[in-house]
Amino acid sequence: MADSTTSTCVKHIETYVDSSSSKSPSLQDASLDALAKLLMNDMITMELLVREMEMYLTTTDNIIRARGILLLAELLTRISSKPLENNTVHSLIGFFADRLSDWRALRGALVGCLALMRRKTDTGAISGSDANAVAQSFMQNLQVQSLGQHDRKLCFEILECLIDSYPHTVMSMEDEFVYVICEAIDGEKDPQCLLLTFHLPKGEDEVKREELSRALMLAFAATPLFEPFAIPLLLEKLSSSLPSAKIESLKYLSFCTVKYGGNIIQEQHNALWSSLKDAIFTSVPSSLTVGPGSQDNKIADEALVLLQKLIQQDNSSFSFLKLILKDKDINMTLKSLSNYNNYDDITVTDKQRLNAIGQILYVSAAASIASCNAIFESIFSELVNGLQQMMQEKDYVPEHNFGYLYICVDLLSACRTLVKPTEITYLDNETWCTMLSSFCTLLTSSFVKTMKESTHSNHTYFGVTGLQILASFPGNFLPVSKSKFEDILMEFNLIITNKFENSSIWKSVLDALVEIGSLIEKTDDYEKIASFDVIVVERMLSLLSSDDLLMPYSLKVEAVSKIGMTNLKYMRKIVQELNTAVSTSLRKYWLDGNSNSTEHAIVLLECYADKLLPWFQNIRDTDNVPMHFALKVWDQLEDNTLFCDSLNEKKLLETTMNAMKHAVASCSEECQSMILDKAFSILSSSTGFLVNESMKHAEFSCRDEWIISLFDSVIIALHPKTHGKNTKEILQIIMRALSNGHIPSAHALGSLFNKVPNDMQYFSVEDAMDITFSKYIGRFSNGDDDNEMGVGNLRLSSVNDELINAHAIIVGLAWVGKGLIMRGHEKVKDVIKFFLNFLISNGHSPASNGSINSSEDCQDLMRAVADSFSIIMSDSEGCLNKKLHATIKPLFKQRFFNMVMPILQSSIVKSNLPITYKSMLHRALAHVISNTPLSAILGEANKLIPLMVDGLAILSADVQNRDVVYSLLLVLSGTLTDKNGQEVIVENAYMVIMCLNKLVFYQHMMLVRETTIQCLTAMSELPYARIYRFRPEVLQTLSRALDDPKRSVRQEAVRCRQAWASISSRSSYCNTAMYIIQASKPYQIWRLSTAAYSCVFLAYLCNFDF
Amino acid sequence: MAPALINANPVVYEKKERPARSRPGDGDFDEYATEFIDQLEIFDILQICLCEFTYHNIDIKDPEHPYSLEELKVITEDAIEVDDKRSYVRVTFTPTVEHCSMATIIGLCLRVKLMRSLPSRFKVDIRVAPGTHATEDAVNKQLNDKERVAAALENPNLVDMVDECLTPSYE
Repeated sequence: MADSTTSTCVKHIETYVDSSSSKSPSLQDASLDALAKLLMNDMITMELLVREMEMYLTTTDNIIRARGILLLAELLTRISSKPLENNTVHSLIGFFADRLSDWRALRGALVGCLALMRRKTDTGAISGSDANAVAQSFMQNLQVQSLGQHDRKLCFEILECLIDSYPHTVMSMEDEFVYVICEAIDGEKDPQCLLLTFHLPKGEDEVKREELSRALMLAFAATPLFEPFAIPLLLEKLSSSLPSAKIESLKYLSFCTVKYGGNIIQEQHNALWSSLKDAIFTSVPSSLTVGPGSQDNKIADEALVLLQKLIQQDNSSFSFLKLILKDKDINMTLKSLSNYNNYDDITVTDKQRLNAIGQILYVSAAASIASCNAIFESIFSELVNGLQQMMQEKDYVPEHNFGYLYICVDLLSACRTLVKPTEITYLDNETWCTMLSSFCTLLTSSFVKTMKESTHSNHTYFGVTGLQILASFPGNFLPVSKSKFEDILMEFNLIITNKFENSSIWKSVLDALVEIGSLIEKTDDYEKIASFDVIVVERMLSLLSSDDLLMPYSLKVEAVSKIGMTNLKYMRKIVQELNTAVSTSLRKYWLDGNSNSTEHAIVLLECYADKLLPWFQNIRDTDNVPMHFALKVWDQLEDNTLFCDSLNEKKLLETTMNAMKHAVASCSEECQSMILDKAFSILSSSTGFLVNESMKHAEFSCRDEWIISLFDSVIIALHPKTHGKNTKEILQIIMRALSNGHIPSAHALGSLFNKVPNDMQYFSVEDAMDITFSKYIGRFSNGDDDNEMGVGNLRLSSVNDELINAHAIIVGLAWVGKGLIMRGHEKVKDVIKFFLNFLISNGHSPASNGSINSSEDCQDLMRAVADSFSIIMSDSEGCLNKKLHATIKPLFKQRFFNMVMPILQSSIVKSNLPITYKSMLHRALAHVISNTPLSAILGEANKLIPLMVDGLAILSADVQNRDVVYSLLLVLSGTLTDKNGQEVIVENAYMVIMCLNKLVFYQHMMLVRETTIQCLTAMSELPYARIYRFRPEVLQTLSRALDDPKRSVRQEAVRCRQAWASISSRSSYCNTAMYIIQASKPYQIWRLSTAAYSCVFLAYLCNFDF
Repeated sequence: MAPALINANPVVYEKKERPARSRPGDGDFDEYATEFIDQLEIFDILQICLCEFTYHNIDIKDPEHPYSLEELKVITEDAIEVDDKRSYVRVTFTPTVEHCSMATIIGLCLRVKLMRSLPSRFKVDIRVAPGTHATEDAVNKQLNDKERVAAALENPNLVDMVDECLTPSYE
């Protein structure tokens, strides 16, 4: 038994050690596993195994010895959980440590050491002295950087294991071990090894630059003892011209500053300041900003962060701050601020310098209260005096104090960051607070003066910013008193009401007010809220109702709405006021068509739809503001029965409809039913909408038109679940309006069909369809044939108006189709059938019955029918979208495409129609194709491409089709980008190229010509064998296209011509290129090609003289 | 082996900003109006990237900076005369140094580029700016002699080089 085990064991050992090619790696792995299993199951002991392996472990054949040692090592790795006796472990580690000197069999020794060192004490681990032996042998024998990648990695793992698991041993070795580690790491570039050496978390395969950088940063900042070495190194790196190096070194310096602490880094202050100053002065942009805004320059940003850290760390002695305050350059600039007068006269370099100094002062002052005190003491009074003096000069021009203004505002904004609303009382004794308190009046008056008198937007901007900062200190911060705050608000208010003609200052003041308003709202500053209420909000409100005609109404509304958005409380007041204003202006307009009130109403309603309603949706308010607004408008309609006769302001009606839609859409279902009920009652009480059987065309009165239009808007915006009682009546009213030629009702009709609930027992989609067809569409038909509903004989009608109405009915039906296909309802088939029948049968019997006035009218109708496919397929802003709660099933476009395509295709192919009718079919088809997702088109490309090409040819004959041609062409160019599409195009290459060759000269649309040429360019990439025969023809076409009237077409033509001209040579180029790529590595390609150039070049120098 | 540097450190100028042209969708776009071929268009056509073998030593080529003729001010917008109605173009270019042996090849490239980009009705005239080249007359004569240009373009090596010069660099 034992013998057989031993013999299997020997066999496995031989299999593994045998390095000849007959043994596959998998076989060797299997024997390794088998041996490990034997060991784990105690079938053989470690001693026995070693004895059996003796020859392999000691032979002088390097390869076999290496395999042998590796086998033993791998086995030890696999049985790490099996307990071993201590002396076994001891002798094994002795062996492996000793073998570290054997460079030919190093791998096994490394793996073995590692396996043993990683053993846990409960299963038998190596002792401290063993570890010491490994370390000593490591130090004596290994030159890590001369090893291969994997061996290096193992070495680092050994070092890591030594440091982690045997710290006492490592401590006892002191410096020498550190040197060995440094030597081992020095020059390491392999990411895997770097992961180990930098002690990064493993797991991901990729090492990111940031991780490495961070690890190195942690290493630098590990102990303050590194400071004398790290800081000069980092400063040297900072002086590099590489931006990334600068940024990195600034980051490191910031981190180290915090870790080393202020006292230690003090000696380096001079060097640090001069490098930092350099970095900031050269990298800050020249556009002037206040406060901590990002500088669009990472170097400057990082430098400023470092500056602040340095000051914060150095708070006891201020030595760094003193460096800044005593700096010659800074002082000189501050002394000569009076030279920086007019913003426009300051050179770019001076602006940069000013910005740099402003930023340095800002960051320093914002660093801490103490530093702020120091800065105020040394420069603030001078600054304010400077500002003041400039203003008192006799020949004072408001533009003449920019430098002072800018620095002052910068410092103030730094102060603002030091004041926290919760903890302020103790601040009042600080130097900067006392100074600010004494200068406050002066500052305010200077800022106000600048704001009011300067004509330059940059000056006024800083004036406004200064005032805004002063006003945004918390209410209980004494240096800026409440009365000052109120003064500032008053000044701002004056600007809002009086200086509206200067839009830049007006806007910045409004923004400042909004900022202040939202700030005091956030901080619950009761005193200030009260003042703001009285001074700003109340006055703004009075603006709306005032008859002051000087200030444009749109500005009034803008100011009021923006202020309102700072706070719900204000907004409630403002909404009330706005509602009243809307009612008043609508009423006035209805009465006499007053153009002034038209404008007011439009402004108000746009503001409602675009700003207020979205705002209310965001804050989830419970007041039902949208509902009240909608009801209010309906109330107005109800109360005002007298309408002026000539109201032809279409835009106002549209704006009102839009606002109504948005308002209703943002209501809950209950509110929507309330609005619907109200609207319906008004509608039914109006005489114009009595549902009677006689379908005679009736002219709507103005009021009727408003009522029906707004009613449409309500219907469009309803939620599918909103419960409506009178759906049938509503449907009839809408159809009635539609047959009166009122197109907006078509949208409502579509929405109605889209949203009628399926489970409604007494009125279903089917009923609705019946009514629609029998009453309104069927009446146009012959009535002979029930199956062919209204077989498109709308042209039976002979009255002139009926033509318009037929148009409207077609559009309405298209929207019905859209609503149905979107919800995935079967009845859509009826609609499709109606349209298709119309298109096809009309073509077959072009002049039957002869009742249509002219064939032109008939064509118009047919075009409308063809365009209804575009309505069904395209997305709409005005209705049937997500915002307006449409029921949308996924992939509805694909479904429609699948329904319609076979019929259209077969009728186009079969029919021997006259070209005008065929072009209508193509128009419909083009609408469908260009609105279907490209992926669906590509699936059917083999059928569609011939159709599309045919369509392009036919459609391009008529100018009216130009947009359709363009969108169809875009689909064709889309198929050219896809592999399947390309294959089909290749199949039909002749046809496609002939068609494109014609479209290159399509005179009605530049985009068509441009896209055609792009398609041709794309086609030049198709397989050479399939396209080469078209080359002469295409080139000829293109040479004519070079003379196109439009420049961009000519450009495309040049590019395309180049592409086609070079297709013959391309194949040989490709071969050469492939050969080079196969033959060499990337950098060699470059060499080869440059070598080729140089040959050509020399040939040229020697021979070329033409 | 490598030829000596002809102009190792050319002065590089910044490219000019271009005014945008109106496109469809802009308010003032007229579908049927003709945009005549003008100076700027010719200038844009001639935005040829000089390949490394013209102004750069082969071995120290910096692939990040192939300069265009504009950046080297070999051609400026004002040096182009064009008359669309009379189908006539004259381009005057300025070699970067007086003894530049690349003048003929640059001129040839310009001519080929224009031949390929303009309608065939155009007559193209290429000249070296007066006083900027040592053998000005000879170069002008070479460049505007139909026979010699045609002969040059039958030389496959030369055509390859011109093509190389005219393809935009994608490095």
